[in-house]
Amino acid sequence: MAKKSKEKELVTTPAVTWENYEYQDDDFVLRGNTVDTKTDSNFASQSYWKDVRVRFFAKKSAVISLICIIIFTLLAILGPMMTDYTYSKQNLEEQNLAPRIPGLENLGIFDGDETISTTTGSKTVNRYEEMGLDDTYYWFGSDTLGRDIWTRVWSGTQVSLIIAAVSTVINIVIGMVYGLISGYFGGVVDTIMQRISEVFNGIPRLVIVILLMLVFEPGLMTIIIALILTEWIKMSRITRAEVLKFKEQEFVLASKTLGAKSMFIIFKNILPNMIGPVITQLMLSIPTAIYTEAFLSFVGLGIPQPRCSLGSLISDAFNCFMTHPYQILPPLIVMSLLMLCFNLLADGLRDALDPKMKEM
Amino acid sequence: MRRFQFSVFKINESGVSVKKYILNRILISIATLLAILLVLFILMQLMPGSPFNDEKLDDEQRAVLYEKYGLDDPVIVQFGRYVWNMIRGDLGVSYNISRNTPITQLIQNRLPISLAIGGYAVLLGAVVGLILGIISALMRGTFVDSLCTIISVIGIAVPSYVFALALSYYFGFKLQWFPMLYDSSQAFNSSVMPAISLGMFTMASIARFTRSEMLEVLDSEYILLAESKGISGASLIFRHALRNTLIPIITVLAPLIVDLMTGSLVVEKIFSIPGVGSLLVTAIQSNDYNVIIALSFIYSAMYIGIMLVVDILYGIIDPRIRLAKDGGK
Repeated sequence: MAKKSKEKELVTTPAVTWENYEYQDDDFVLRGNTVDTKTDSNFASQSYWKDVRVRFFAKKSAVISLICIIIFTLLAILGPMMTDYTYSKQNLEEQNLAPRIPGLENLGIFDGDETISTTTGSKTVNRYEEMGLDDTYYWFGSDTLGRDIWTRVWSGTQVSLIIAAVSTVINIVIGMVYGLISGYFGGVVDTIMQRISEVFNGIPRLVIVILLMLVFEPGLMTIIIALILTEWIKMSRITRAEVLKFKEQEFVLASKTLGAKSMFIIFKNILPNMIGPVITQLMLSIPTAIYTEAFLSFVGLGIPQPRCSLGSLISDAFNCFMTHPYQILPPLIVMSLLMLCFNLLADGLRDALDPKMKEM
Repeated sequence: MRRFQFSVFKINESGVSVKKYILNRILISIATLLAILLVLFILMQLMPGSPFNDEKLDDEQRAVLYEKYGLDDPVIVQFGRYVWNMIRGDLGVSYNISRNTPITQLIQNRLPISLAIGGYAVLLGAVVGLILGIISALMRGTFVDSLCTIISVIGIAVPSYVFALALSYYFGFKLQWFPMLYDSSQAFNSSVMPAISLGMFTMASIARFTRSEMLEVLDSEYILLAESKGISGASLIFRHALRNTLIPIITVLAPLIVDLMTGSLVVEKIFSIPGVGSLLVTAIQSNDYNVIIALSFIYSAMYIGIMLVVDILYGIIDPRIRLAKDGGK
């Protein structure tokens, strides 16, 4: 009965269907962005990098460290050019001179005076005056072979920073590729790769480095290779953990649903998201590299003479550090400060890039 | 009833996983040790010079010697023999440092000294680090907290031999409180400065880790519960908070051991301690390959052993696993 009446209705009044409907001008109205959208001005949305910048600059220790690192890097480049000496030029007549800097010498510091402690007591001598060297200035003093310590310290810093930078960059590349493959493809590939890296991780760094030095000649390249061999594992572990974390998330699933290939997901979806931990690890592996280089120099496997690094300067000056402590202080202080600054910078960057990681 | 079954299922699962975990760790350790031995063996083959290169030997005599020392066996048999010798403790003889002395004999007197100093360093670092960490967690945000944080940052960032040099200059040379160079007649006194400089990193890492763990524990609900039950003061901190803080600290032990090992080489050189580290440095400087390889093996074996113990301890000690297992029995 009801059906019948409906049919009747359809016949009597012309039906409005999707096919015959004529659109009117006011059927669709553009919802104006200007009128209807409200902007939250109290909690304005910020881009990730702006957030990072704000958080980073709020942390004083990190900013000061960054400034110090920039100053040290500039000095490492410009420092050796600021004097007439070169890092290898020896002047055997002017050995073991205490630091003397023009201008500051009138203030009672850096005036070339040296207090020598002997068994009978201590006495202050000024070897510049004794030798009549009125116009000679060694800003940080001269070493046992009469080389300028200022020049050597900064060219040593240069070498140490180059070693750190090159090895870190290569490490990051190797570690990330390894971690990405292992984490993303999973399964048997992951198991095998993880076992390999676990075995590798079980060998102490000390042993790897020393054995490598037996095979190759000590030198810049050997130290860099040693650092690469020992440091990539940390990077690969961090990368793998990050990949595992992101690979199961919805945005990757969405990407896959839309037909994205592995390469696209890895480079466009996962990599940009793990930049925080990667940068932090990068900053942390620089002091490790500086330390390992210094350690190798101290053991006698460092950069061959006459080139120098911070480590070789320290180990050279160690032999006379009781009598001439000023010789060991500059490289020691520069190295300690560099390591401290990179550590603090890494802390600051970690907090800035990934606030959830704080307090770890 | 249903709940009981559920818990039984859990117990079995975790019980199996602990065993599997330990077995896995042991297998990995053995594989690592074999990998190291293989590398060392290859290095031995690559080393220039052989004891039988003497030109006076004719081919026949050489063949006799080769047979006597098994050098004509297949490489795999030689490797097997090498592994067996190393594990048994037959490390070969020294070439340069003291000619034809068995390396075991060289190490015998040195190992206890190195282990003692390493032990002092770990003990000192752990105790001071724990105290610093607890204090700074309890006084969070105050001046004391910042001071402890600064100390631990410096301790982590500055290498141990900087401390060694500074200590030996001020307390050894200037003030003469402790002997500058190791003196076996006053072994403890001369171990103080090396132990402090080696222990700084341990102290700093443990302090830092304890602080963050302690803060997490103090914020947890079971501490709130304990507090609301009226437990306070020392009992709350030591019986409830500290015990749960200590467990994860085991995980930071491994990097500390690595640092101790590398640090000991330099620190032993600075204080001229007659330990294993300084022997290795001497061996490197005088190209005594046999000693280097033997010491590399000892270092690796020690490291692998400690890592294994740490890993297994962590698996066993974690109460979530351990208690579940006990409940199943």
